[in-house]
Parts: sequence; C-alpha cells; structure tokens
Amino acid sequence: MKGFLKRDDDFQERRQHLADLTDEQLKEKFWSLVEEIVDPLMELAEKNTSPAIERSVLLRMGFSSLEAKPLVDGAADRGLVGHGVGHVVYRIAKEKNLDIRTAGLELIEGKHWDDAVAIFKGGTK
Amino acid sequence: MLDINKKIDVKEILKDLENYRPKRRGWTWREKSDKQVYGPFEYTDMSTPLKNYIGIPAAQYFGNIDPQPNNTITTEIASGRFEDDIRRMRMAAWHGADHIMVIRTAGQSHFDGLIEGTPQGIGGVPISRKQVRAHRKALDLIEDEVGRPINYHSYVSGVAGPDVAVMLAEEGVNGAHQDPQYNVLYRNINMVRSFVDAAESKKVMAWAEMVQIDGAHNANATAREAWKVMPELMVQHGINALYSFKAGMPKANIALSTVPPTSAPAPNMKLDLPYAVALREIFSEYKMRAQMNTKYITSSSREATVTHVMNMLISRLTSADIQSTITPDEGRNVPWHMFNIEACDTAKQTLAGFDGLMDMIELKNEGFLRDQARELKERAVLYLEEIIKSGGYFNAVEQGFFVDSALYPERNGDGIGRKIDGGVGAGTVYERAADYFAPVTAHYGYNNVAQYDANAVSNPSSLIDGCTFENADKIIYIDELDENDNVNQRMAESEKYRGEHGESPFVKPEVQWLGDGVVQVEILLPIYLRGAQYAAIEFAKKMNLKDVEVIHIEQMHPTEGTRVQLKGVLDFDLDMRTVEIPPEPEVMSDDEIREEFDKFPVKIVAGTVGEDEHSVGLREVIDIKHGGIEKYGCDVEYLGTSVPIEKLVDAAIEIDANVILASTIISHDDVHYKNMKRIHEYAVEKGVRDRFIICAGGTQVTPEVARANGMDEGFGRYDRGVNVATFLVHKGREKRGQ
Repeated sequence: MKGFLKRDDDFQERRQHLADLTDEQLKEKFWSLVEEIVDPLMELAEKNTSPAIERSVLLRMGFSSLEAKPLVDGAADRGLVGHGVGHVVYRIAKEKNLDIRTAGLELIEGKHWDDAVAIFKGGTK
Repeated sequence: MLDINKKIDVKEILKDLENYRPKRRGWTWREKSDKQVYGPFEYTDMSTPLKNYIGIPAAQYFGNIDPQPNNTITTEIASGRFEDDIRRMRMAAWHGADHIMVIRTAGQSHFDGLIEGTPQGIGGVPISRKQVRAHRKALDLIEDEVGRPINYHSYVSGVAGPDVAVMLAEEGVNGAHQDPQYNVLYRNINMVRSFVDAAESKKVMAWAEMVQIDGAHNANATAREAWKVMPELMVQHGINALYSFKAGMPKANIALSTVPPTSAPAPNMKLDLPYAVALREIFSEYKMRAQMNTKYITSSSREATVTHVMNMLISRLTSADIQSTITPDEGRNVPWHMFNIEACDTAKQTLAGFDGLMDMIELKNEGFLRDQARELKERAVLYLEEIIKSGGYFNAVEQGFFVDSALYPERNGDGIGRKIDGGVGAGTVYERAADYFAPVTAHYGYNNVAQYDANAVSNPSSLIDGCTFENADKIIYIDELDENDNVNQRMAESEKYRGEHGESPFVKPEVQWLGDGVVQVEILLPIYLRGAQYAAIEFAKKMNLKDVEVIHIEQMHPTEGTRVQLKGVLDFDLDMRTVEIPPEPEVMSDDEIREEFDKFPVKIVAGTVGEDEHSVGLREVIDIKHGGIEKYGCDVEYLGTSVPIEKLVDAAIEIDANVILASTIISHDDVHYKNMKRIHEYAVEKGVRDRFIICAGGTQVTPEVARANGMDEGFGRYDRGVNVATFLVHKGREKRGQ
C-alpha cells in the first residue's frame, strides 16, 4: 500500500535487553532515549528561524499582523530573513534615526530596502 | 459587574475592546485543601466552593450543596459564533467549568498569519485578537460572578504558531494546545518548520505562564484500533513534553492530553487502566489532562455519558489535574448549550461521588495490572530505540512509524508518513546568520544581542524600550477587516432576540445561536428501524418543524419498535408579554405555620399508594430531619409504601386524622390519577370526604389534574413540606369558614 514496513509482533525477542531492568531503570531509559530524539530538534530550532517566528518578533515589536507580513515578505525577497526581520527594522530605525514603528512602516512602503541589503549583505555591522 | 437577573450584554462586551486589558496572565489551579465541608459531608478530593452555582439536580435533597472537585473542569465550545459562545460560557461557569476551550475553526492551521476580525467559523471560531479579547473580557466578568478564576484556552498550532502564541500571550489567554507532532501528522505541515516554530511558541507560552496541552490524543482518535497505539502515545507525549521543557516551559505547566483509549463493550478497564498507570509512572513530573474517549462515541448521548463516567473512574483511580469533558452530543452534532452543561454536571456528579475512593482501595502492585503496565512501557522504549536507529524523528516520520494501526513492535504498514521536504510551509526555514537578532522578550534560540549592547543580553527588548510583553500599549488592535462577515452583521440579524442590552421580550428556542429555533424531538415508533427513520421525519414535519434531521436512531427490536431522536427548526417566536405566568406559590413563614398548627392541631395519615415502592419524596415532605412538615408540630402516621387506597382512608378514620397525604409516583397508564380518583371516591362512599383534607403528591403530579381527580390539592416535584403546610393552613381556615 504505502510501502511502509510490515512486521509481526516480535516483542518477546526484542525486549530481552529490557527484561532485567527495574521499573525505575526503564523509566530512566525512556527519558534518555527521548532526549536523544529531541536534542537534535532543539538544535535545529536554536539555529533556524521561519516567517512565522519573524512575524511573531515583529508583533512583539509593536506591528500589527497586517504589517508583519509584508515586512517578512520584503526581507525574504531580499534574502535577509536569516539576519532577523526585526533586526532589519531595528537597524534601519537606528541608521535613519527613526522610531521602530516609523522605520517599519516606511519599509512597508518600499523605502530603505537598498540600505538594508547594503548593511546586511555588505558585511558591515 | 454582572447582574444575576440580567442577561450578559454582548454589545457591552464588544464596546471599547481596543482599550481592554486582561486582568492577569497565567493559569490558575483550583484551591486544594485537606478537607472540604459541604452541607453535612466532609470531602477529601474537593476544592473551595463557588459563590454562585447551580448544583446537579439531586442537590435539592442535600441542602443544595455543589461540591467542586479539585480537578480543573474543562468544557469545549464550538458553535462557530463567538458572540453566542459567551452566554454558554456563563452557563458552564455556573455548572462548574473553570477551563473554557473555544474550538478553532476548520482550516485555520493552514492560514499563514493571524486572522483578524470576527468572521464566522465552521465547527469552531476563527481565533483572532478581537475574538480572544472579547472572550477574556467576558470571562473576567463571569469569574467574578461565580467566584473562581476561569482559565481560557486556545490553540497554538498550524503554520502561524508563533504569531498566535504571541497574540494569546498578549491577551492573557491561560492555556493552549501546542504540539508540533499534530501539525506534522494531521495537518501535513512541514515537519522542520513545525519543530522550529514550536520552540518559539513554547518559549512565548512559558513567558505567559500558560498551561500547555499536547496533541497525542489525536493518535487515539485517528488509529484504526485505538487501544493498539498506546506505546506510540507514550512516545508522542514524551517527545512533546521534553521538547517543551527544553524550550523553557516548567514541567508543572506541561499537561499530557491522555484519553482512555477504548470503550465498552470492549473490556475497557483491562485495556485502559494499565495504560493510565504506566503513563502516570513514566510522566510523574508532568500534569495530566484527562480527556474522554471520542473514538468510539456514537450518536447515543446516554452511551457517551456512561463512557465518560467510566473514563472518570480512571481519573480517580490514577490522577487528573484537568478533567476534560466531552459533550454527550458530540457524536451527532456540534455541541449544544445544554450538552455542555450536562457534561460539566456529569463530571461534578461523578467526581463528587468518587470522593475519597483511593483512601479506601488501592491498585494492585502485582498481577495483570502491573504486567500490562510494564509491557506497555517496554513497548514504548523499544519504539524510541527504533526511532533512533532509523536516524531520528524526521526519518521515523518519513518511514511511516506514526499512527500505524498495530501494537508496536508489530507494524501494519498503514501509518501516516510525511516527507521532510514536503507539506505546507516546506522550504521556509532559514538558518540564522551570525548577526541574527530579535529585540524581543521570550525569543527562543540564537540571538546576537551583544552586537548592540552586551548589557541587554538578558533583556533584549530593552533595546526598543520594551516590547508588547512589557508595554501592552504597543499592541496594534485591528477591529474588523471584512464588512460583511463580522459579528456586527450577525448580531444585527438576531437583534430582535437580543434587544438593546440583551433584554428582548421575544424568545425563540435555541441550541447554539441566538434565535436558531432548533429543537429536539424524541419519538418511539412501533415499527422496524429503516421504516421508522423515514416515518419519524414525516411526523416531525407535521409538527411544523423545518430542516428536520434524524440525529439518533436505536433499535428496540427488529420489528417491535425503534427509538428516534430528531432535530428541526421551529420557525416562530413568542412575545413574553403575551405569556401568562402564574404567580409563584405563596409560602408562609415557619413561625406562622407553627402558631396555626398549635391552635388547630393537624393529624396526618400518609403513605405511598398502589403498587408503588417509592418513599423518598413523601419522606422529604414529612420527616423532620429533611425539614418536612413534622417540624411544624403535627402528628404524622406514616403507613409506608404500596399502601392500599382503602387502608389509607380507613386508618385516617380510625386515628381521627384530619389530613390524608397520598404519594403516587408511578405514572404508567395514568395510574397516579386513577389512584387519586379512587381515594376521593372511597372517602365519599364512606361518608367521610368532608372530614379530611386530601392531597396527593409525586414527581408527575400537577395541581390542576390532582384537583380534577378529587384531591384538594396536588404537589409536584419541587414542592416541600413548607408548601404542603402552607396549603393546610389555608385550607383549614377555609374549612373553618375563616
């Protein structure tokens, strides 16, 4: 059907190495295995971002959902998401001496993107 | 402040919402203490009482007590119109719900961003800032009315998880579902995106001190044979629980959504209890949200209720920090008002009834229960081992490990498989650059704050003078985006029933939306099932119902009979100003009655007549310990149950009584009215009718019909000793010509 593995119940053979564990040891084993599965996922989250995360940052910076979306789209179009879209707004505000909201609203109007690209892709901080 | 005697004014709730701020944030558990006293009883598993409440119907026999279990009680509301849900929340709060979940509309998971405004939903509401704020505002009033904090709950899933999490945090929402596995398995949202987003969402929820509920119960609802997914359920719980903890959520705020996987006629205790025990042992540091079984729910509300009671036995035998309730009508329609209330009452009734159970019994530490619990744990551990062997979580999902219908390690090859580069939102995860920066609170993962200010590392939002979490005035509130699909339009349509401030004289039956006109009718037809199904619809149409649908049908016998429940729309309303409402019966004060009985002694002969063994109602009316008529100082000769008519009258003659009280409960074939008539006629025949005041009482007795059958008065289900005594005083005066 889907080509996924089919297998009869081999619980009795498979469990041999668990048979002698106490309940407490079995519980510890459960959690250490879960940790082994979860840790690489945490690391992935640690090192990556997404449009939704960036929108959530912009919401917290005082933008509406209708404003957050074009800001993230604008950053994505220019390959800037990896720097943080909130960062782009923050930096433009700083460079242009604007408050955060004004900087964001002007970016939505299409202003300052060339400067943003120059700042973040030009290697300067 | 709400006025108990006035309907909640939804227009008032919607007014000035842009400036409304929630009273608090974070979850509130019920207050527990060692002992709780309600009426004459001491409880061990209850919490503090409510200020305003409606107890279960039988509370009338126990001084109207309403013991509140120490478990949080959830009710789920899903009408699709948040404005109408507000009234249901108030009803549910009075019946003991302190965790209110408003189901999200179908399709919101795939909406890439926040929904704004108040469009109508399907099977739930679109979760938007305006909707959430209105609900929280209403609950802030309702919780003051009942005297206990109410937790409001929503959903952080889909491709806009982090956006929604921030909005809910800003709006003071107290709990939410969050589990990336739900996105992956059931919503086909890209798995990488789901996990990356989830860490951010969880960190935000942790800041807001929300309680999180996971999504593992969906595996139970999806799997072909639900009892076989138990090892997988433990795995899913484990992954989300530890992921949440590592993202910053305290374990005390992480709740497992756990369902007893099966239902009778399966031997569900044998299957469900070992699982419940195993789960609580492995997850001893986490909270349990006990959901009720929906996998095997049918359209029978009776059956659903019994299932849910058995589910709560497991809650009491193990533990449940949050006791969820499923409405007994969930198997046939989107829950109706009264079924939310039934579900809350079922939970209260059951948990109060099981109070102190574990002080008397304990679960065996050896034998079947232990062996099964152990086996499930081992199977779960083997499952985890194979996930790792397959190369980790993503590979395991690709290989169809999850929601396989076999009991692991058996595999049927029918699991839900997803591709690492597939699904909604695939390819939208971006690696953070070395200078990645986000100047906000509760942001998960790498954040190069130090490039701007090394002192701001622990408080990144200080670089923008605080974000919305520190300064709510920075939140941008959007009212409506769609001029046709919004709450104002919907409310205009039902304005006739809402009135200026929720007080219209016009009334129409309702199950979920104001003025929906929906009613339920139940009939039994003495024919076979399929014939009954179609005949019932014709009967309902003749009753003037529109849009008739059969909502439940059950065979009584292949040919002798079929029970049918139908719903339909009753398309007319009533002007309450035209309805004649008789005044409430007058009740005299205890002193007044005593004084009268002292001057004019009352001697009563009482008994349950006919072939009828019911005694509770009459004893309530008579016994001094139930506040019955004895307390006014009258003599009562109680003859017991199944008393022949003649014996009742003869005894009254013999002891020279002046009052006869006949209880008649059984109403089959109108036998209760026939009994009344016979008492009257026998007394007439004996020539003693004028000597006695003769009254009849019973749950099916109405005063009008009792009088029509020769009684001086009839007393129904809500009458007590004081009502009877008041009547005796009046009738006595009348007889004496006063």
